[in-house]
Amino acid sequence: MQERNSLLNKTKFNLKDITDNSVFSSFLSALLAIFLGLIFGFIVMLVAAPANALTGFRLIVLGGFRRIGDVFYFATPILMTGLSVGFAFKMGLFNIGASGQYTMGMFFALYVGFMWDLPDSIHWIVACIAGFIGGMLWGIIPGLFKALLNVNEVITSIMFNYIGMYLVDMLIQGNSVMYVSDKTRTRYLPAEVQIPSLGIPNSNVNLGIILAIIIGIILYIVLQKTIFGYELKATGYNRFASEYAGMKGKRNIIITMAIAGGLSGLGGAFAILAPSAIAGSSMTYEPINIIAANGFNGIAVALLGNAHPIGTIFSAVFISHIQRGGTLASLVGYKPEIIDVVIAVIIYFSAFSMIMNSAFIGFIKRYFGKGKKDFDDNMDNEIKEAE
Amino acid sequence: MEIVYYLIQNTLPVAIPLLLVALGGMFSETSGVVNIALEGIMLFGAYFGALFVYFVQDLGLNPQTILLLAMLVAAVAGVIYSLLLSFAAVNMKANQVITGTSLNMLIPAVILLFSKMYFNSDGVTTAVNFYIQKIPVLGDIPVIGRMFFQKTYLTVMIGILFLIISTVVFYKTKFGLRLRACGEHPHAADSVGINVYKMRYAGVTISGILGGIGGFFYSVGVMDGNVNGHTGVAGFGFLALAVMIFGQWRPGKIFLASLFFAFLRTLAYSISLIPFLYNLGINQTYYKMLPYVATMVVLAFTSKKSRAPKAEGIPYDKSSR
Repeated sequence: MQERNSLLNKTKFNLKDITDNSVFSSFLSALLAIFLGLIFGFIVMLVAAPANALTGFRLIVLGGFRRIGDVFYFATPILMTGLSVGFAFKMGLFNIGASGQYTMGMFFALYVGFMWDLPDSIHWIVACIAGFIGGMLWGIIPGLFKALLNVNEVITSIMFNYIGMYLVDMLIQGNSVMYVSDKTRTRYLPAEVQIPSLGIPNSNVNLGIILAIIIGIILYIVLQKTIFGYELKATGYNRFASEYAGMKGKRNIIITMAIAGGLSGLGGAFAILAPSAIAGSSMTYEPINIIAANGFNGIAVALLGNAHPIGTIFSAVFISHIQRGGTLASLVGYKPEIIDVVIAVIIYFSAFSMIMNSAFIGFIKRYFGKGKKDFDDNMDNEIKEAE
Repeated sequence: MEIVYYLIQNTLPVAIPLLLVALGGMFSETSGVVNIALEGIMLFGAYFGALFVYFVQDLGLNPQTILLLAMLVAAVAGVIYSLLLSFAAVNMKANQVITGTSLNMLIPAVILLFSKMYFNSDGVTTAVNFYIQKIPVLGDIPVIGRMFFQKTYLTVMIGILFLIISTVVFYKTKFGLRLRACGEHPHAADSVGINVYKMRYAGVTISGILGGIGGFFYSVGVMDGNVNGHTGVAGFGFLALAVMIFGQWRPGKIFLASLFFAFLRTLAYSISLIPFLYNLGINQTYYKMLPYVATMVVLAFTSKKSRAPKAEGIPYDKSSR
């Protein structure tokens, strides 16, 4: 009997361990948001064309598995912009300028790819580094404006999205080596500048995704294990308190934005340098005065991943997965925009899932071997944590 | 002189949407809710306004009557969409920037989805001409008549009317004072019996009205009555946010800021008509960048002493003191 009691206690303890874990709770809230987003998407599909709704929905949810390689191929740039947005978010900065930084990085990589004559083995590496620098330049500007002049980084980054887009389009159109005016796009990059393919047949997956995942892990280590990461998070929680504690808030803002910009720029470089069998999806750029969508998708990726680097890796793959599913759903008559609707709804719900989440965890605790008293204690703990 | 007339006539229809949306943002932010969803609200209003025009355009109504009715439709649409923001920001205490971003992402996708399914295009195209060649009587006044009452849209006059109403509501009414109190110090406002939740709903709802109308006026004055899911409102919602900050959350200054921005934009798009600037041979893209660069320069000089509402972006929680 006693043995059984202690066993019971042990299971209780485990459950509490799991449900009180912050990683678990953010994972749960993301799942909840995804679930609601998919339900909403299904309803839209039912309204639009009831006959094919079930087939189309199955394609959206499972279709990506048929094209795993492409899922990773398209996940690479949004993973990088997602890491960029998430990294700045940890410090309480909203880097809505990922698009501009991405475009800048892409341009720098293109420039090195076309204009510099380098040995084949290091050419793509230099081009990637150039992309990082390009994005960094564009990210550091909002950082400087925020730190030194107190200008809201959201406005600065939006302005610099436009400035960067016009600037890049102008520079490309003015360069006769890159630009072919009767095709209104650049030439294709020489094959030596390509990022090495992973060599999986019938897919476009390349080394970029591996590098992006490694960068995500490095960011996780930086955030968790270094003084800089600690200061960054502390500034995110309370800027004034951390400055009172002697941290250099202004310097950290500038460094954070520079790194965030660099990550987005690297995303641009990975996108443009990737080998691809899909015509026009990489190796060439079309200057059409439109802000890069991958920057905004990166915001979605970061928010769904709760700005956590490892979470961002999973959310980038997930979003790319349902995007592939969305293109497949067009086979049964649904427009691929359905996926953007689903993603937007997911983000909407993930913004307030913390409240739903604590209600949900409370529900689990109430019905799975928990006394009322324990539950109340836990709620108190949660409230304390939330504060 | 011809060019001056031309620039003024073309600046105003661009300035009015910016003005209205920035005023909407001002109401929302002074109540304490950051409204980054203005872009989405604009597009939602513009789409429903244009949809209304599309369905009534064959009934033979006077174009200006259609414009007024469509404006009401756009306002209602804007309110409905803004409720999604106020629900998340006030009731669910969600992060307002995230919610706003998701609302911005949602609406272009919805427009593309439904337009492709029902119109087989990327948006709504209407055939009503809202352009006014000359307003009777007023248009005959020398100089001023030509500047403000010829070759224009009704939207300009309505926009100015909204500016006056907004200024009065903001400064001269009990409601305006209470609204501002909720953005500066909600707990203090609550302690004297003001319902902060209701005031924040009111602030966001007003921004929905103005945002929806502003969006429709954008489609009238800039896009000839069309709405397209791909280009949307071309970042005007975000620009309006910049105009609002540039105008330091004050109606009069917001008006000047929107004129400044709209003038530079109009200038950038009409370089080829101005021989003096055209002959300089500067790449026209520089002029297109000019409004954004100028905004940054101005913000750099004005933001040190920012008058942003102190409690903006922070969900109000009665129990946290």
